[in-house]
Amino acid sequence: MNRINQALKADKKLLSIYFTAGYPKLEDTVPILNALQNSGADMIEIGLPFSDPLADGPTIQESSTAALKNGMHTELLFEQLKDIRNTITIPLIVMGYFNPMLQYGVEAFCEKCHEIGIDGIIMPDLPLDVYQEEYEAIFKKNGLVNVFLITPQTSVERIKQIDAASEGFIYMVSSASTTGAKTGFGDEQVAYFERISAMNLKSPQIVGFGISNEATFNTATKSTKGAIIGSAFIKFLTNNGVASIESFIKSIRS
Amino acid sequence: MSYHANEKGYYGEFGGAFIPEMLYPNCEELRQNYIRIMQDPSFQEEFHQLLKDYVGRPTPLYFAKRLSEKYNTKVYLKREDLCHTGAHKVNNTIGQILMAKKLGKNRIIAETGAGQHGVATATVCALMGIECVVYMGEIDIARQAPNVARMKMLGAKVKPALSGSRTLKDATNEAIRDWINNPVDTHYIIGSVVGPHPYPDMVARFQSVISEEIKWQLKEKEGRENPDYVVACVGGGSNAAGAYYHYLDTPEVGIIAVEAAGKGVNTGESAATSALGKVGIIHGSKTLLMQTDDGQITEPYSISAGLDYPGVGPMHAHLFKSGRGEFISITDDEAMTAGLEVSQLEGIIPAIETSHAFAIFEYKKFKKDDVVVFNLSGRGDKDLQTYIDYFKL
Ligand SMILES: Cc1ncc(COP(=O)(O)O)c(C=O)c1O
Repeated sequence: MNRINQALKADKKLLSIYFTAGYPKLEDTVPILNALQNSGADMIEIGLPFSDPLADGPTIQESSTAALKNGMHTELLFEQLKDIRNTITIPLIVMGYFNPMLQYGVEAFCEKCHEIGIDGIIMPDLPLDVYQEEYEAIFKKNGLVNVFLITPQTSVERIKQIDAASEGFIYMVSSASTTGAKTGFGDEQVAYFERISAMNLKSPQIVGFGISNEATFNTATKSTKGAIIGSAFIKFLTNNGVASIESFIKSIRS
Repeated sequence: MSYHANEKGYYGEFGGAFIPEMLYPNCEELRQNYIRIMQDPSFQEEFHQLLKDYVGRPTPLYFAKRLSEKYNTKVYLKREDLCHTGAHKVNNTIGQILMAKKLGKNRIIAETGAGQHGVATATVCALMGIECVVYMGEIDIARQAPNVARMKMLGAKVKPALSGSRTLKDATNEAIRDWINNPVDTHYIIGSVVGPHPYPDMVARFQSVISEEIKWQLKEKEGRENPDYVVACVGGGSNAAGAYYHYLDTPEVGIIAVEAAGKGVNTGESAATSALGKVGIIHGSKTLLMQTDDGQITEPYSISAGLDYPGVGPMHAHLFKSGRGEFISITDDEAMTAGLEVSQLEGIIPAIETSHAFAIFEYKKFKKDDVVVFNLSGRGDKDLQTYIDYFKL
């Protein structure tokens, strides 16, 4: 079974962390992965940096620009990850934008992910219909779970479609925003989390965007399976460095 | 072969809507409604009324006698520079502001490069009394200062795009991010035939008034609707799309697209997308785009802010790939020289974007009785400082 599906079966709320590969330093990818696993993260999204990250706010934009300046690129990331399964046992997801994947070759990209032991892919700008028509078979052949997003504006009909197409979890974007734009949740978000929960979808939901600390993690996961922290973690890395990662994870799960 | 978008927004292999889910409801709402709204008689009436009384259409199709003599062919100029606000951009913004009203939106965002689209958007927002935010690259804010002032005078808020190359691409990124953050009340008026479906098709339809007029105007002047060639500069490709539109499926009409070579196609400082681009995704559209082998979008360069875009609309990618269009790239120097020449031969100072089109005589020889229509997309007022600096006037 795919490690993502295994993790989703565990009897706890999952803490997933996003970071941009190649940031703060080019060689930080593996140390960050190790530190995250050792301090108790349940799942990791490895961000493949892109020059024009449309869905991201300033924090992830800046980390992406810095990572590219440091020299990060697709082949190098794969190279850094080649022995990662000797140490990392938690699910690993590659998250990025579709163009770098397209240039690498979707099939070659998926094969490489499979070889390394990547479990899933999140490409926010690879739309559901194109995925299904052109790429689903390639993802599946390589054992990769593709993760789709929903937002508070996504229609019920489309949520059902996305649920049916999902093999892992649904990435539930907490509010209509780019990453890092908002922190904290109001009644509106809580109502949205509950509304989706009440739909009894087959796919568990993991909330992303706007989670930065223990309180927001707890609110986000009250009626969902887990939550993803991205911008807040990147900011932490910028200010405190890779060596202090454990204190960040511990602060979310005290 | 069709050169128009299919119902999924593809021109051959190009187009589509490669958008994050956050943009899906907005694009879907537009996709489901744009054709119905545009074909509604009340919409058509209001659109054409405004084009006539407010924009000043039809714009003249002018026989350029001295240019024709110099290049020994029949040159006609489609005078989009005479549109209110000074460029073709307003054809699209009039259409889209009416669309936004029909969709019940009360806030408008736009991106701009040269500032022409920003001014055209600010103008229609003032006309309709709707809030307007225009994103503009920090570099472009500096090189197109008169247009920044005009937008402010018109009541728009101009927000600098500070990321990346701080030009049109980045302003577009910022506008898209704004739309993600404001998904309900806001309409994004894209300024060219770029972006996710249905934008390229919608903008092309609004701009198609250009070739609709050329047809009957040429009939009056030459006794035939079809020229031998239509020539236009291509940034994203909206003035070109409008000038080609009603000729796309008429193979006897040659289509010439002129791109900005910047300092030269192979200098690393260029915006000649057809020559330098590969298939990729930019701003939600699969098209030709300038990028690294690794799929990172590269920074284009052109002296003209309106052509300084690393991609090209999917219609044009298809025209290029299929061979229907002939693509020529023109350097800064060639464009500036041609702009000065047209000014002094015809008494018309073209926008630097348009000047690129007038530089093709070096590369393309026409026959004496060829009828060649140049789409004079805009006037050069906004570019005076650049011309002055260049020619030390
Ligand atoms: C006068 C003029 N022509 C051409 C362009 C390029 O845009 P497009 O290729 O969409 O016509 C611009 C853009 O700002 C412009 O101002």
